[in-house]
Amino acid sequence: MVQACDMDLVDALLARHGACGRQDLIPLLQEIQEAEGFLSRAALRRVAAHLHLPESKVYGVATFYNQFRFQPRGRCAIAVCRGTACHVKGSAAVLAALQRELRIQAGATTRDGLFSLDVVSCIGACGLAPVIAVGDDYHAGVSPTQVPGIVASYRAKLQALGEGVLEPSTSVEEVLA
Amino acid sequence: MLATLNGRAVEAHAGESILDLARREGLDIPTLCHLKGLSPSGACRMCVVELDGRPGLVTACSQQVQEGMAIHTHSPRAVEARKTIVELLLANHPDDCLYCVRSGDCRLQELAQTHGVRRRRWPAGMRHHRLDVSSPAIGRNPDKCILCGACVRVCEERMGVGAIDFTGRGSSTVVAPAFLGDLNLSTCVGCGQCIAVCPTGALREQSHLDRVVAALEDPEQVVVVQHAPAVSVSLAEEFGLPAGTDLNPQLVAALRRLGFHYVFDTAFAADLTVREEAAELVQRITHGGPLPLFTSCSPAWVRWLEQERPELLPHLSTCKSPQQMMGAVVKSAFARMKGLDPARIFSVSIMPCTAKKAEAARPEHAREGLADVDAVLTVRELARLLRQRGIRLTELKPDHADLPLGMRSTAGKLFGASGGVTEAALRTAHFLITGEDPPPMRVEVLHGTEGLRFATVQAGILQLRVAVASGLLQARKLVDEIQQGLHPHLHMVEVMSCPGGCVAGGGQPLSRDGDDAERRRAVRHAALLRVDDEGMLRRPHRNWAVGELYRDELGEPLSQRAHELLHVHRERPREVEA
Repeated sequence: MVQACDMDLVDALLARHGACGRQDLIPLLQEIQEAEGFLSRAALRRVAAHLHLPESKVYGVATFYNQFRFQPRGRCAIAVCRGTACHVKGSAAVLAALQRELRIQAGATTRDGLFSLDVVSCIGACGLAPVIAVGDDYHAGVSPTQVPGIVASYRAKLQALGEGVLEPSTSVEEVLA
Repeated sequence: MLATLNGRAVEAHAGESILDLARREGLDIPTLCHLKGLSPSGACRMCVVELDGRPGLVTACSQQVQEGMAIHTHSPRAVEARKTIVELLLANHPDDCLYCVRSGDCRLQELAQTHGVRRRRWPAGMRHHRLDVSSPAIGRNPDKCILCGACVRVCEERMGVGAIDFTGRGSSTVVAPAFLGDLNLSTCVGCGQCIAVCPTGALREQSHLDRVVAALEDPEQVVVVQHAPAVSVSLAEEFGLPAGTDLNPQLVAALRRLGFHYVFDTAFAADLTVREEAAELVQRITHGGPLPLFTSCSPAWVRWLEQERPELLPHLSTCKSPQQMMGAVVKSAFARMKGLDPARIFSVSIMPCTAKKAEAARPEHAREGLADVDAVLTVRELARLLRQRGIRLTELKPDHADLPLGMRSTAGKLFGASGGVTEAALRTAHFLITGEDPPPMRVEVLHGTEGLRFATVQAGILQLRVAVASGLLQARKLVDEIQQGLHPHLHMVEVMSCPGGCVAGGGQPLSRDGDDAERRRAVRHAALLRVDDEGMLRRPHRNWAVGELYRDELGEPLSQRAHELLHVHRERPREVEA
């Protein structure tokens, strides 16, 4: 699946900024990601040209920071908490199970565009460790053996929805209650 | 400013780093990432020293000396820290020194030796990366990279190219082109300055040794070799002789021993280039062509211009570089003279350059399916071949290159250093305009060390205004100024991609550090000037062998035949959309 930013939007954003220098690189990348959800190659190239910086420099900076992603998020974004409490409770195995099940690495999006997988440092729900967020749903005390079932249930939901948007089925409050 | 260095009172300059002070005092602190003249990065930590009153070790490259500072460069703690750093670097480095092109010439290997590393202290935690052999000039092996960043800084800060940078972070950091792509699709111009500063075998030239050896062994092939002007003044360094020794006659003898059938001198083609380029310059001045004329002998500069300023390509001389002119003449006029089938000729050049490998591979440098030049060896590769064949360079009886393509003026020899092309061209342009040879043989200002130099030479009623850009960073600055209209009356611009010209090219013998590199550049340059000072034939237009080539083959400079063989007509490269 070819994934591209809306270049007209990127151009308009850059035009709005007018002349700027290398100190504006990170704010520009943040704005583009804010608008587009990710940074495409074409967008990074445009930023490099706009700032008169080598593409290698722009790409180097963008890949240095975890906040930037280079593929659009999936329709259902999965976040695995890798905070201390979750780590102690086995989140590394959960992440490995998700990577196996989805056949992607953390930071990537499945080719069908359904799922993206990310690592976050702490969701702030240490009592539920290990915890993962699937879309807006939270799953507490996840074990690696549960992972295929969780993924399958969301895949089914997404396929049933067609083009529709996934609605949250549980909230943190519900899980906590 | 007073400080103490290992207990000895020393005087430091204001703003001097501990490293510079120590080296000035005859003390070497080891470094891997330090590059003279570029921003200190403190990345490798090899130069850590101990200071009285400071709990932690500090990096000598980035710490300035302060009044009363008590510095201990080789205290047990500092030395132990360095050893640990080497051991940590080796934890992520392949143990294949025996098979490495840089074995014996590797800073990491040397530091492991000097610090007594005798075993692997940590289990190998190797990260494996893909080899990048996509570039016709430079090969990358990121497995051997120690992330010192020397190549990144040279490419960006010294060359102004920025083809590579650090990508990712932490233990997954890798030095790579944008989007982790291959070098051939990046903005890399192939100059090889990154190889010159790489402390390990992570970067190297794309070797043509195998194909040269195969050709030499093939009885069907007639193997012809040319050597560039800056080769004879640097090869000595590979054999332990003082830098700046000119080994031209021994080099010719050694090439014959290797089995080359004909040995020619690229400086012959430099004389030919001068004839064509001076005629082109005069024609543009008198017929209103695009001025200033940009020289085209440095292939990394040609590539840079194509990529960065395609709108200025009409300014570029249409002349092929001397390497390619020689190649074209060898497979045409020379082949006919000797009754040889051009398809049976294998044409080799010895170059102080990696970009020449890419230049030789360009499609416009072939006619009827035959490349003008079939293989390009750097000085380092030639030295490897000579060592392998057991040829003792200094004990060979001096020899002369073959005629006619080994005949050269010493002006052609000047092509090997920044300013030399201009000087050679001026000698002939002056003659073309006035019918007389110019009075002073040396235009001193052209041979200065500043990156940008300007000179005005009176040629009859005409004032020729020339500029010399030494290094691509300076070239970019000059081109920007030209585009802003700051130099409206310039006639000619010489650009050497590598600062200092071919004497400091990316295919030259490797230096230990920045001071060493600067010293070698200077003495190689001085050696070329000495060759010219002592030369009997100092004007390109007086080279009789070039004259005969015009008489028998080419007619006049810029003739139709000259254009067929010696010029290229570049199409503007199409814009590549993301």
